Amino acid sequence: MNSTPPPAIEVDGLVKTYGDAEAVRGVSFTVARGEIFGFLGPNGAGKSTTINMLCTLARPTSGSARVSGFDVATERDDVRRHIGLVFQDQTLDGYLTAAQNLRMHAELYGIDAGVVPARMRQMLEMVDLWDRRDSTVMTFSGGMRRRLEIARGLMHSPRVLFLDEPTIGLDPQTRSSIWRYIRALQEAEGTTIFMTTHYMDEAELCDRIAIMDRGEIVVLDTPAALKARVGADRLDDVFMHFTGAAIRDAETASVSDLSRAMVRVMSGARR
Amino acid sequence: MSATVMEVVAVRVPERSWRSEARAMRIVWRRDLIRFGSDRMRIATMLVQPLLFLFVLGAGLQTLAAASTDGVDLKTFIFPGVICMALVFSAMFNAISLVMDREFGFLREMMVAPVRRSSIVVGKCLGGATVASLQGLILLALAGFVDVPYDPLLLLGLFGLQLLIAFTVTAFGVLVAVRVKQIQTFTTVMQMLVMPLFFLSGALYPVAGLPTWLQVLTRLNPLTYAVDEMRRLVFAHLDVSAAAQQRLAPGVTWFGWRVPTLLEVGIVLALGLAMMAVAIRQFARTE
Repeated sequence: MNSTPPPAIEVDGLVKTYGDAEAVRGVSFTVARGEIFGFLGPNGAGKSTTINMLCTLARPTSGSARVSGFDVATERDDVRRHIGLVFQDQTLDGYLTAAQNLRMHAELYGIDAGVVPARMRQMLEMVDLWDRRDSTVMTFSGGMRRRLEIARGLMHSPRVLFLDEPTIGLDPQTRSSIWRYIRALQEAEGTTIFMTTHYMDEAELCDRIAIMDRGEIVVLDTPAALKARVGADRLDDVFMHFTGAAIRDAETASVSDLSRAMVRVMSGARR
Repeated sequence: MSATVMEVVAVRVPERSWRSEARAMRIVWRRDLIRFGSDRMRIATMLVQPLLFLFVLGAGLQTLAAASTDGVDLKTFIFPGVICMALVFSAMFNAISLVMDREFGFLREMMVAPVRRSSIVVGKCLGGATVASLQGLILLALAGFVDVPYDPLLLLGLFGLQLLIAFTVTAFGVLVAVRVKQIQTFTTVMQMLVMPLFFLSGALYPVAGLPTWLQVLTRLNPLTYAVDEMRRLVFAHLDVSAAAQQRLAPGVTWFGWRVPTLLEVGIVLALGLAMMAVAIRQFARTE
């Protein structure tokens, strides 16, 4: 038996290809337990594909990854028991109330019914939605929904919580309160947070950040070390430094090649 | 406030087992019921078409049909067929929610839970069957208005057949829904399929003495067997002449051989299970 617990996430040479397109090209990194890990990169860099592989929604083409000590390819059920997810798009049931959504989640994960009410109250209070527990989700604003999603993702005490742009489209108040929950949670349960964001001020709050581009991790360090390395005051500059200034809309390598070609044409025309 | 360190209520997620699957099925099933219960509009609108067929078409064509129905009201005759039509519409409509869930992301919540995808499909098929049968129950309640007796055995039998038929139709709907990713496409496909299925099922006419092409098409349509087993059950509880029995509920024949009711039930059930199995395979493959 291993006396030291395994790291929260261990990724080794992870590759995902769709046909000819290489979405993720051999990514390796380790996330320590209890760490808040920021996963950054331009659109189409392969972040979502990587997250999908880590949470067993996509099978790696090659390489391996372990989450909370379990292999994402061969121990999918065990991985799933130990992770929570908050997606970019809404996955709540609008027809149900806030409480019903959480109760359903608890049931889906087989949580002992005896502890569900207490746990639910705690999670809803944390995201300030306890008073609205009996309202249908349809009546909630975007920020409230996101908070409820976070509460739901935490219902089963996940070891690792994946947050895919959890604060996108939210007002600054909601964003800062979401960060408060993330901190509180990390302190209370030692949950590891793996999050993607496009907000550099938020990336600043992470313990470490990895910047991904064109399917590879370009750089991985603490925000302070990254700034020192580039000699910049702001993470924005660090980000631009490592990923370039071209705009990306591409999902796959072949399309991003096309957009690169277009950038070349456009910059040529300017000359 | 909430940012201070919390006294955490500890929870543990058990390992996946058959109980997790049973739970997942129940959740999907119950969700269909909750939706159905909260959507009174749907219950009402879903009734319009069957009622039109049953009472307007039934009454309107009665004088025309009277000469050949041996004293049986046309409404009585088309009652089982109209119930089947209602089941088809309701069950197909229920499968739409699978497409909606895919579009709106709720399905992702189920997909990352420690449960098998097959449980989601099975739960969905059972949910659709239950909801459509509940809808059908409203029509069953109207039996008295079309001279069908409120015999407990008959009603129980009809409800059982409703569950079976609705299950198979839902399995079909789910199979389509798993492959189709947009609601518009699904409704188009559904409209393209449902009316021909209905018209070629013998819901509105006896399936004996038809032109050969129609004879062949009705035999190929699974809904024909569903309508026929329902109609046989209804006619077994009616007090009508042997001639009427023979003319209106002749049963489905294959080259002159009358297909027994049990085989008809078997066909519908086997088809439903087969389509569900294919849907599960398709669904498990989506990554």
